[in-house]
Amino acid sequence: MEDLIQFNDVHKTYDMGQAQVKALDGISIEIMQGDYLAVMGPSGSGKSTLMNLIGCLDSPTSGSYRLKGLEISTLGDDELARIRNREIGFIFQTFNLLPRTDALQNVELPLIYSGVTRRERHERAKRALEAVGLGDRMHHRPNEMSGGQRQRVAIARALVNNPSILLADEPTGNLDSRTGEEIMALIDKLHAEGNTLILVTHEDELARRAARVIRLRDGQIVSDTLNRREGAPLPTGA
Amino acid sequence: MFLENLILALRSLWSNKMRSFLTTLGIVIGVGAVIAVVSIVQGFSQVITSEIESLGSNSVVIGPRRPPGKEGEKLGRVELTYEDGLALVSASRYVEAVAPIIQQFGHMKVGEESGDYPVIGTTPSFQDLRNYYVEIGRFFSPVDDRERQKVCVIANGVLKELKLPRDPVGRTITIGGDAYRIIGVMEPKGQLLGQDFDKFVLIPFGTAVGVYGEQVAKQVALLVHVKSAADVDRATDEMENFLRIRHRLRSDQPNDFEITSQTQILKSFSKVANGVTYIVAGVVSIALLVGGIGIMNIMLVSVTERTREIGVRKAVGARRSHIMVQFVIEAVVLALMGGITGILVGILTGVLAAKLIPNWPGAFVPVWAVVLSFGFSSAVGLFFGIYPAAKAARLDPIESLRYE
Repeated sequence: MEDLIQFNDVHKTYDMGQAQVKALDGISIEIMQGDYLAVMGPSGSGKSTLMNLIGCLDSPTSGSYRLKGLEISTLGDDELARIRNREIGFIFQTFNLLPRTDALQNVELPLIYSGVTRRERHERAKRALEAVGLGDRMHHRPNEMSGGQRQRVAIARALVNNPSILLADEPTGNLDSRTGEEIMALIDKLHAEGNTLILVTHEDELARRAARVIRLRDGQIVSDTLNRREGAPLPTGA
Repeated sequence: MFLENLILALRSLWSNKMRSFLTTLGIVIGVGAVIAVVSIVQGFSQVITSEIESLGSNSVVIGPRRPPGKEGEKLGRVELTYEDGLALVSASRYVEAVAPIIQQFGHMKVGEESGDYPVIGTTPSFQDLRNYYVEIGRFFSPVDDRERQKVCVIANGVLKELKLPRDPVGRTITIGGDAYRIIGVMEPKGQLLGQDFDKFVLIPFGTAVGVYGEQVAKQVALLVHVKSAADVDRATDEMENFLRIRHRLRSDQPNDFEITSQTQILKSFSKVANGVTYIVAGVVSIALLVGGIGIMNIMLVSVTERTREIGVRKAVGARRSHIMVQFVIEAVVLALMGGITGILVGILTGVLAAKLIPNWPGAFVPVWAVVLSFGFSSAVGLFFGIYPAAKAARLDPIESLRYE
């Protein structure tokens, strides 16, 4: 199977006044279609920067990033927005739902920006909400829902445009352990259904659920291991 | 997409009801002031215009006038007579009829009641020339005029003030000591701005000359009727030449009379009305400017408050233009709501003010003022919304998402 993501010697440097901070210092990885990857590392290790680059929220200072064979590092603002819209589904620690807007409308948001008609938008958002088990909460606003329900809405929003990659950044960080377990079960299920998942976490317990774990330190990959776990599907090509 | 943005804008403004309301207040006041003042001025000018037009567009008034300054002093006697007018009728192919007007003041008495009124001496053609007719009884005839009969036609307003019956024909009234027989009452004319057009007495021109002396016949006003309204300008030029020759004025001497046509009166009146409108427009543009700055300010606050929302929108694929359009539409909607409220407030104020000012003819809201207010307020929203919207569109998605 072909590589979904190819990083080749990617550097990301921030100018902080006089000093230059090397957030990423020569990262090269390949991520396959259907992979379940956990990215770990202490704060300041560059995992957020890596997420932002994979998620096309930012461009590398140097090096090459290919997504589905398309070179991303040279794209402009609007093209990056288009790729985020079609190829990336974000799941944030803080959910990042729009307040004063009900679940259905939150889920519809990516479809608005891809120009899907009103009727189809409704239909697809409804199906996505049903898929995460919130078929009966469609017209609730975020402040009328529990943390777990909010994260489900956010997952439905990430899924609704059938992206190539789901990017989850500490998805259980704001949830109690029982709800966190439910959300992780949902994420596992999404992977089992064939979605490519990238999970940023600092919890070993969560990282163990992934098929492959990358550890970062000082902007470099220090280890890239496969989890051999009973029942966990092996990443293809590994 | 546009509809989405509209709903989005309304929802976002609604969630900050008080703030939105206070923000639009500047525009409400600005637009309200324009509409109110324009409607009051227009109401007035409509009445004046129709009043002037009722004189008939083929009427021209010629009056004696001593030109100001040294030239005028050198001119000697300034005269304008009925004979000048009659000569004009026979000489000009444009002029159809002429009526002289002598105006004096007279003390009138009927029984116990008395009052001072203008006494107008004129000829029977006055009725047709002014398009203003007798209602009860009859107007005086050429015979009354020639024989210098002591008869009078009184205006409707005098009737009431002197406590005369509705039909006073045949009654006697003393004017300046002389007894006159009332032969008719003019139709009511109404009043404007407290100026009563309905309080005067008409007597035959010959009678007036007899009573007030030959001297008054040398300074009459001439009411001239031009056959066709289209010829008024040409007729006016001809009258000027004719009277200059008749008055033996040298080419270096100024006119010793003044010709006023209805179009001229209308022109000078609308100049005044427009002047008022321009001044108001100037004042209001300042109010709109202030209102616009208010909108820009609140939109900047809104952009900062919603940094995270902008980050989320960008993360799920909103392009710069999407964010830009969203915030511009919000600003325009905000300004337009102010504009619409302002139009309503303005109409209300105008109507109310026109009612409260005594004798004011009423308010009239011209369509152009409404359209203009609408256009101006949306332009203000657009202009002052662009900068905050551009700021929102330029936000970096990563930093926006991290914004607390």
